[in-house]
Amino acid sequence: MKTYVARRLLALLPVALVVATVAFVLIHLAPGDPASIIAGPDASADDVRRLSHQLGLDAPFPVQLLNWYGRLLQGDLGDSIFLRKPVTAAILDRVEPTLLLTVFAIAIAIAVGVPAGVVSARFHNSATDQAFMVAALLGVSIPNFLLGLLFIMCFSVWLGWFPVAGYAPLEDGVLKTVRSLVLPAFALGLVQSALIARIARSAMLDVLREQYITAGRAKGLGEHAVVYKHALKNALIPTITIIGISFAILVSGAVVVETVFNIPGLGRLIVSAVLRRDYPVIQGVVLCVAAVYMLINLAVDLSYLVIDPRVRYQ
Amino acid sequence: MSVIALPRPEASTRAWPRWLVVLARRRITVAGAVLMALVVIIAVLAPVISGNPTHMDVAARLHPPSRVHWFGTDDVGRDVWSRVMYGARLSLVVGGAVVLLSFAAGVGCGLVAGYYRRLDNVVMRVMDGLMAFPAIVLAIALMASLGPSVLNVVIAIAVVYSPRVARVVRGSVLVIRETTYVEAARALGAADLALIRRHVLPNCLSPVIVQGSFVFAAAVLTEAALSFLGVGVPPYVPSWGNILAEGRLYITQAPWLVLFPGAAIMLTIFGLNLFGDGLRDLLDPKIRGLSTERQRAS
Repeated sequence: MKTYVARRLLALLPVALVVATVAFVLIHLAPGDPASIIAGPDASADDVRRLSHQLGLDAPFPVQLLNWYGRLLQGDLGDSIFLRKPVTAAILDRVEPTLLLTVFAIAIAIAVGVPAGVVSARFHNSATDQAFMVAALLGVSIPNFLLGLLFIMCFSVWLGWFPVAGYAPLEDGVLKTVRSLVLPAFALGLVQSALIARIARSAMLDVLREQYITAGRAKGLGEHAVVYKHALKNALIPTITIIGISFAILVSGAVVVETVFNIPGLGRLIVSAVLRRDYPVIQGVVLCVAAVYMLINLAVDLSYLVIDPRVRYQ
Repeated sequence: MSVIALPRPEASTRAWPRWLVVLARRRITVAGAVLMALVVIIAVLAPVISGNPTHMDVAARLHPPSRVHWFGTDDVGRDVWSRVMYGARLSLVVGGAVVLLSFAAGVGCGLVAGYYRRLDNVVMRVMDGLMAFPAIVLAIALMASLGPSVLNVVIAIAVVYSPRVARVVRGSVLVIRETTYVEAARALGAADLALIRRHVLPNCLSPVIVQGSFVFAAAVLTEAALSFLGVGVPPYVPSWGNILAEGRLYITQAPWLVLFPGAAIMLTIFGLNLFGDGLRDLLDPKIRGLSTERQRAS
């Protein structure tokens, strides 16, 4: 078990190195001199030179790369060109809405997806099953930003139940925050619930074909006990994997949905940084989101230790 | 002496290749194929069935759907019907180009990683690193460096999805290289390149083809998302994402700017998903369900 944890942690190192390198290379992908691109067409040669020096772009490439690794190890992501503050501060300012939105959305995705999948499998090939699965396939096919726009149209513009857009920070009271996040969270969560439902259903169907299920039925257990006690527990293993993946997808989905609802989170930060060519911010957000993504995947891997005894005894 | 009359095989079933018959047996797959065919027809016929998608008529700003403008007009008086029809073209071009490009890169890397054990670690760690970025975030960051254009959107999305193709290919190659027919070919003195080309590549293609329909769908979605965010194709290019971005600004006055391009995206992706599911059941009856769901998810 210890070796499993150690192996997982070690496997992260090369990936983290590649992630850091890719984030660094981003700034050099643009054709031409990065400093003059960042400075814009109106900048003087002096401005460009100063910026180039400030960003450390005047050093040879390998030196730049090593400096970049060194700074990352110290948790220094540099300064934003446009916001005139450290990138880490800019990111911390924007974390709250994105984090709340993601957690809210995953709660919705699980609450809708798991029961839908289990019921579909329990009544396999029935009308309920087919209706759920067509709905789930439709759900997989609708992009979250589109669903968000449709929600605004329906629940804000026509029915007037929710604000059209915007975010109420936690300081204004939890209820206001929740109200401002209901539509975006459903837009994100429902799309993911479709995925979770499909997985939960396939996993349940696989498990229900196992011999121990037949054995349970043969010894006279009620259908209820067989499905919800024996089968569900085992079907949860692949479902939890997908919930972990879903969580990671939601972090990136939030980036897009934030634009729909004008929520000042990490998504707005990176999109506005792209439009202003504020490379340090782009690099910072990309790294930050990738780090979260990696940690979630690690958590999923480690959660097997708790759920699945077969992994524990490897 | 007796003559046994053998029933004649029906000419019609013979004319169709077997895979097509199997594929057509499921109604859902046929529905997906019909939807996809519809999008292709629209994309091809766009100039015939619609007007100029970039012509601005400021006198006709934000007009609701009418007999002249079937889907209404946008904020600078462009015909939304024309823009949605031409948008199908862009989506198909981007989707197709991304599939080609990410397959070229992904199949190449996957073959090398799977076949040459020594390169496996290096290649796959780079792929893992690329996959550690959430798809849309990496695409946004790449667009920041590449700048807005259709070609750059294709490149950015292809970079995001080639590692996913590479992983599937590598998985198959690892199995195939251990088979006896590969061993036999090697014993007969086949060179590596010939072996890969004649024996390994053809046998690892079917899971890749299944992957193709999902990469296509993901590419269409990602292009729409990038353009919606304003970092995809330039604003004047008719793209479903671009129309939706305008629709967001005028959502209270002009819901048709959201509804029509939205329906177009949904039907296209729905068709691709239906068809992809059918294709998967045909080519890969073993890996039904779980593993493809995971591939779709990542």
